[in-house]
Amino acid sequence: MNEISITQILFVSTALFFIGMYGLFTRRNMITMLMAIELILNSVNINFVAFNKYLYPGKLDGVFFTIFVITIAAAEAAVAIAIIINLYRSHHSIDVDDASELKY
Amino acid sequence: MGTDFFILMKQEFVLIAIIFILLFIKVGSKDWKNENILNLVNVLLLFNFVIGFFWNEDGILFNEMFKTNKLIITEKSILSLGTYIISLQSYSWLKNHKHVLEFYMLLLSTLVGMFFMISAGNLLMFYLGLELSTIPLAALANFDLEKRKSSEAAFKLIISSAFSSGLLLFGISLMYGTTGTLIFSELSQHLDGNPLQIFAFILLIAGFSFKISVVPFHLWTADVYEGAPVAVTSYLSVISKGAVLFVFVSVLYTVFKPLAVTWYNILFVLSVLTMITGNLFAIRQSNLKRFLAFSSIAQVGFILIGISGASQAGTASVIYFVLIYIFSNLGAFGVISLVSALTGKENIDDYKTFYKTNPLLSWILAISLFSLAGIPPTAGFFGKFFLLMAGAGQGNYVLITIAALNMIVSLYYYLKVVKAIFMDENETPIEKIAIPASPKLALFICIAGIVLTGLMSYIYEYIFSLTSAF
Repeated sequence: MNEISITQILFVSTALFFIGMYGLFTRRNMITMLMAIELILNSVNINFVAFNKYLYPGKLDGVFFTIFVITIAAAEAAVAIAIIINLYRSHHSIDVDDASELKY
Repeated sequence: MGTDFFILMKQEFVLIAIIFILLFIKVGSKDWKNENILNLVNVLLLFNFVIGFFWNEDGILFNEMFKTNKLIITEKSILSLGTYIISLQSYSWLKNHKHVLEFYMLLLSTLVGMFFMISAGNLLMFYLGLELSTIPLAALANFDLEKRKSSEAAFKLIISSAFSSGLLLFGISLMYGTTGTLIFSELSQHLDGNPLQIFAFILLIAGFSFKISVVPFHLWTADVYEGAPVAVTSYLSVISKGAVLFVFVSVLYTVFKPLAVTWYNILFVLSVLTMITGNLFAIRQSNLKRFLAFSSIAQVGFILIGISGASQAGTASVIYFVLIYIFSNLGAFGVISLVSALTGKENIDDYKTFYKTNPLLSWILAISLFSLAGIPPTAGFFGKFFLLMAGAGQGNYVLITIAALNMIVSLYYYLKVVKAIFMDENETPIEKIAIPASPKLALFICIAGIVLTGLMSYIYEYIFSLTSAF
């Protein structure tokens, strides 16, 4: 088995970042948009862990950052889903095209 | 450590104590009347503002995670004053609201987040403060639970702020990869301007730009401002924007000093785009909150000119302008929130013949708009003057000329509102509004601030002397 280099890991994380971005801009379902944002945050986590392990193994800054990012992503998702539930009560839909009263 | 610890973090501790007092009232068995809760909170917030004047010490805590000095304490006091004014203004809206305690708990936790963000000396702490100050704001934007517009605004706010913090985080991770540290003071020594670092830096700027609604990233602003309750809108437009601006200035000037040429060019393009787009869109608005949203985008364009000054004058003029901007924008929003709470009217056309029925409120709105436009006797003129002076220090007169032309355009739409209030006729004017005591106090603070901050030159000199530490 060959050793996995940091370039390969960074390629995965950057691809994940842009897949998340693409999903956020093209999906019209609110929950799916939220999932796309989770992809972006996970790509950040991969970045942090990879940099920490390969480049700066002496300190644990990157790993700690990852733990905080995961926690905050959970908090963000909780608030966002609460808002989506409230929006569903008034709009009876979680499609972003139906929530389009505010324009220009 | 020991008692030092409490004195250095005094403003954060006071705010957290207020949140806990409200929590105990919430879980306690005794039923409190809304009026009593509001008065109690206002007194506590005034105390929070006053404590900023005592026991001011410089210091660093937790391995440079938290740093404080006189400039940072002044910035926090400015934000506390703004929150106090907003709390006074939202009296008539909150008096009949079911969830007053929750409103204040969320509002004050965002303020705690901003305080930690301003004091941050480490990218991790900065990110945590930023998130603490944006996530509860999305819940606050949804505070008119049964209104369709309110939940739409909240959804737009949480999705765009989550996306922007994703960009910011990706930038931070690349920055960590290229420098190997998260601490601000060590970061600046490791910056050498290689392409990956520049990419990370641009992502960081994009994240910041989302929060202060600079033009390519401004699309959420107007929608959220229109849909959210007026108190939350004024908080978003003044306090949260001001806090991020304070951090933006200090981060650019200290941490990213080695990349000064890069960010000067970025700021030049962004500020021109921001001023022009904000002004052109503000002209065609009919909803007053939406109008103020675009006008606030244009104001951020002017602030970016001050930041591009990149000197002691740059920092001082930005802080001074934010202080004036708090007074003038809250003066305008105070009148709008009173009218909106009692009649529900928010369009510019509804304000025709407003002067006949409410002369006092008309004058307050007019003076605030004059200050936002930057007409000489008001403080807004001096704020803009110092911003442009700081920008002109760099010798880029093209930028200053564009800014001057934009100020003329902005006069048109501010005066259009003033004309509607004083001159235009309307069959069904807004009836006479009785102003309760605390909104009246808030409006007088705003007017006094607008008049006095410009005339008392030692306020600017004081801020200028604090920034010499940079």
